[in-house]
Amino acid sequence: MTRPTPAISVVNVSKSFGQTEVLHDISLDIPAGQVSCLIGPSGSGKSTLLRCIAFLEETTSGRILIEGQPLGFSEQDSGYRARQSRAQTRAVRANIGMVFQQFNLWPHMTALGNVSAALKVVRKLPKAEAEARAMAQLTKVGLAERAHHYPSQLSGGQQQRVAIARALALEPKIMLFDEPTSALDPELTGEVLTVMRTLAAEGMTMVVVTHEIGFAASVGTQINFLDQGRLLFSGPPEEVFRKPRPQRLEQFLDTYIDRGASMLA
Amino acid sequence: MNFDIGVILAKGPQILSGLGVTVLIWIAGTFLAAALGFVIATARHYGGPLIGAVLAIPVEVLRGTPFLVQIFLLYFGGPYIGITLDPIPAGLLGLSVYGAAYYAEIFRAGYQSVPPGHVEAADCLGFSRGQTVLRILLPEMALIVLPPSVNMAIILLKETALLSLITVPEMTLTVQAIGSQQYAFLESLVVLALVYWALVELAGTLGRLAERYFSRYRLALK
Repeated sequence: MTRPTPAISVVNVSKSFGQTEVLHDISLDIPAGQVSCLIGPSGSGKSTLLRCIAFLEETTSGRILIEGQPLGFSEQDSGYRARQSRAQTRAVRANIGMVFQQFNLWPHMTALGNVSAALKVVRKLPKAEAEARAMAQLTKVGLAERAHHYPSQLSGGQQQRVAIARALALEPKIMLFDEPTSALDPELTGEVLTVMRTLAAEGMTMVVVTHEIGFAASVGTQINFLDQGRLLFSGPPEEVFRKPRPQRLEQFLDTYIDRGASMLA
Repeated sequence: MNFDIGVILAKGPQILSGLGVTVLIWIAGTFLAAALGFVIATARHYGGPLIGAVLAIPVEVLRGTPFLVQIFLLYFGGPYIGITLDPIPAGLLGLSVYGAAYYAEIFRAGYQSVPPGHVEAADCLGFSRGQTVLRILLPEMALIVLPPSVNMAIILLKETALLSLITVPEMTLTVQAIGSQQYAFLESLVVLALVYWALVELAGTLGRLAERYFSRYRLALK
């Protein structure tokens, strides 16, 4: 019996910025349909790992496979990493949608413009069809009536939901979230997490860097704890959060108990 | 001494012809300067450190020497290295290259003004570099580059007066010639000042309208 290809395979990945090693020999499989959460203290490397999976950062060594296809570099028989052409990288990346901590909406376009841009420019769809599809995504995140507003006219939570709709518009198989609620006021995080819960319930493969331990514990199906560039634990939440917990994880979680993660106390 | 501006204005058709040459060289020169400056800034933005260092040299030289010296070198020095140009092409080329050095710096600031995350978002959605430049970077930097660009256009307009010294039949040459013929030097200078000023005001007004257009998303009511 062959196991199905994981949506994402991270194989022996290390990453250094100059002399500083921020990821140390990380290996991780994320099967399709999982909600994989990356947690850990600041500077643990969790955002860097996510950005490597999005090919916004290049790994120093190791490889990353998306749907079984190598990302960014083609493996040669000799073991030498050859850089893929930009077109090849784009093709592999088309499986991925990315949501940023700072939303990164384009300020000169309306919500509808942001969501439909890639459909028009990259997929070359006619304007009417692109906007109809974009409208469907905006409806999904509950912002149809804000379609013609510019980002500056939307709240942080609304901007992040537009950003999610923009990433969904190209119908990726995998969605990456880089601290999607960290830039939001506490009362606005709920609406973003609700959209993410809906996506998870629909079976979307998701990788989420988050400080929302409550979200990770309740929606996550795979919890990965990173510390100082190393992947210390990886497993289903009931296993990772089960008591007694290893000391390093316990220390980390202690700081979260009074921040919506009391279920783990 | 009588001050009679009428003797200058009586030569209306001649003045208009000079004005036409000035406006033509100014508009074409500014357009070419901005386009060339944008190409240089883009090459420096996406090219490696080597390309950046190589392109920095002409930019520094052109910004570091007077425009008058540059056009004299081009027009009077050019023939020694086989570049013989008529006055108008020489003037247009000189103005475009001189302006390009400044526009390259304006667009460099424009590139730096766009948050890298906005480009990362486009990368993740499969935009090519060209699509990212045209659809994201240029419209986003428009607000930043517009005021200095209009300013530069105004400076270039006034620099066209120097082209009279390489015998380009533009407005300054034309009106000063009229002044000499009519013994009305002062009047010719006043007319020149007023016409340049009117053109500058026109350019400034168009610039403000363009700024308003590109800032519509900032002005939109909450």
